[in-house]
Amino acid sequence: MFYREAGDFKTSYAADQQTFAIKLDRRAYYSLLAVAFLVVPLVINEYWASAVLVPFLIYAIAALGLNILTGYCGQVSLGSGGFMAVGAYSCYKLMTAFPELSIFLCVLISGGITAIVGMLFGLPSLRIKGFYLAVATLAAQFFLVWLFNKVSWFYNYSASGQINAPEREFVGFIVTGPNSSPAAVYLFCLIFVVALAWLARNLTRSATGRNWMAIRDMDIAAEIIGVNPLVAKLTAFSISSFYVGIAGALLFSVYLGAVEVGEAFGIQKSFLILFMIIIGGLGSILGSFLGAAFMVLMPVLLKNVLVGQLGWATDIAAHFEFVIVGGLILFFLIVEPHGLAQLWRTIKEKLRLWPFPH
Amino acid sequence: MSADFYYGIEVLLNGLMAGVMYSLVALGFVLIFKASGIFNYAQGVMALFAALTLVGFQNGQVPFAHLINAIFGTEVHHFGWTLPAFVAILLALGVMLIFAILVEKLVLKHLVNQEPIILFMATIGLAYFMEGFGDLMWGSEIKKLDVGIPQGGNVWVEQSTASLGGDGFYGFYLDSLDIYATVVAAILVTSLVLFSQYTKTGRALRAVADDHQAALSVGISLRTIWVIVWSIAGFVALVAGIMWGSKSGVQFSLSLIALKALPVLMLGGFTSIPGAIVGGLIIGVGEKLFEFLIGAPFLGGATENWFAYMLALLFLVFRPQGLFGEKIIERV
Repeated sequence: MFYREAGDFKTSYAADQQTFAIKLDRRAYYSLLAVAFLVVPLVINEYWASAVLVPFLIYAIAALGLNILTGYCGQVSLGSGGFMAVGAYSCYKLMTAFPELSIFLCVLISGGITAIVGMLFGLPSLRIKGFYLAVATLAAQFFLVWLFNKVSWFYNYSASGQINAPEREFVGFIVTGPNSSPAAVYLFCLIFVVALAWLARNLTRSATGRNWMAIRDMDIAAEIIGVNPLVAKLTAFSISSFYVGIAGALLFSVYLGAVEVGEAFGIQKSFLILFMIIIGGLGSILGSFLGAAFMVLMPVLLKNVLVGQLGWATDIAAHFEFVIVGGLILFFLIVEPHGLAQLWRTIKEKLRLWPFPH
Repeated sequence: MSADFYYGIEVLLNGLMAGVMYSLVALGFVLIFKASGIFNYAQGVMALFAALTLVGFQNGQVPFAHLINAIFGTEVHHFGWTLPAFVAILLALGVMLIFAILVEKLVLKHLVNQEPIILFMATIGLAYFMEGFGDLMWGSEIKKLDVGIPQGGNVWVEQSTASLGGDGFYGFYLDSLDIYATVVAAILVTSLVLFSQYTKTGRALRAVADDHQAALSVGISLRTIWVIVWSIAGFVALVAGIMWGSKSGVQFSLSLIALKALPVLMLGGFTSIPGAIVGGLIIGVGEKLFEFLIGAPFLGGATENWFAYMLALLFLVFRPQGLFGEKIIERV
């Protein structure tokens, strides 16, 4: 009744092609942005920032990146953890080597470095397909983690092998180090998220994005109609790695602060991000956000209910988390292989006709 | 001949043994992939789960003891008996059978005709589920598995080869457990090959692997075949779990050997049982020799973590179907 496109007349191609074609959607989107930028920073506190909002934003970037590669271009990657490590370590090296460089630029350049590394590891994708590629990306995962563990230049020869983020300011607010305020960190991440999501959305509906999807749907057919697989796959790998690298840099610099590579960027992280996009929805921008929100919120919720309310031991809660995550993945694959994003699309279809569906 | 040369041979032999251990896990993958086209990521966790169940039965642990204690506030841990290894193995096998039936009924049945990558992800979900479930059921602490396989250096091999080298050479050091594993793997592979070549069920398995539709149309039940295949994979997982569990204790890291089995498969080809063995041997020898010759002296060690993947990656660039895999033919 309220959610409908009737009466919403488009008078230009631009208006017809816009991301949120329905007025209500558009208003909801802008008000969400307004709340996120204006209201949340005022009410945010330490717990919400560190347990929910900041990890959600950072993982959303990583999920967006992997979704570009896996969801849009069809190349399954299990190397996201390794690429996040590249982002984190380049950010660390940049921050310590050029102390006067703005943290914003540091994060961006780390993304760029990761893009180059990602492109290198994407080269085999021209010959290897499907699972074989998924396993080949494991080479990136294990090799990169080993590299950052063994070569002490990467962690500036510190005795512990850890990297620690020095204190840096962004437009006058401290965003890294122990003295950063939750609101500043949150806003810093939010800026990246909004810009990168906007970029991803527009990339995926440009010629580049259509090439990716052609490769995903059937690579030989795409090649025959004139899509260059070399260009399409390598752009997908590099742009995806750019996103993942930024997520890694942010995770290290503003969120964790101190990182030990095997622990923070191990194979579990690669799987976590893969699960986000499966549960959220492959090939969907909204899905990346929903998946990230789900995977970040669920452990917090479970911990609150099982440990906080029922008083169980934390290890039992952790085991339950595994069972529930695994069960949910199976459930989603069986019931709705296109994830939460598809669920949302179905709801919208229903809403358009509500309350007179016939 | 110098002692270094003999030491090199010892590294080679140990690499071969380690390769056999990888092959044990890789075998389970190949079985399921051949029969259903599913790449079963959960194979490693199945090995872990089987080993956990075996230890649990042997020690008479109460399943879900932690959970029961947490809910009801009781203090139960053990039934107070210990079972002989043989009985416990049979019981664990029974659990793996039930597991195979449940997987077919609850998961695979609903995912018929989905794309392979969806099925692959489903097995990742299954792996997570089982990992949590196994820990909930039997607890997550490291357990010792002992089914009576001798461990430690094999004295006989050491003494009989001691005369080969010079003064500084005391014979080859080979772990008895690894020798047992090699024998077990050989028996397992032979019996699997015999089973799939000379029995009626084996023929049906091969038919399903060849063409689902054609197999269905001549009256082979896909669902029965899947249950059988997953049961066999469960059995192989149990064997792998026993071997790895006796070697390094039953713990979470056991499930990670699945990841080690992946490059083995890529080298050997997903569809070949001999390929799994040869691939395992190449990886086992390759990573030990690389560590010995290049990794430890020049790269700071621990190259075993990634060498297998890099080798497989480079190999695949030149031969995408693996050593023994069927040629990939692509059609539009």
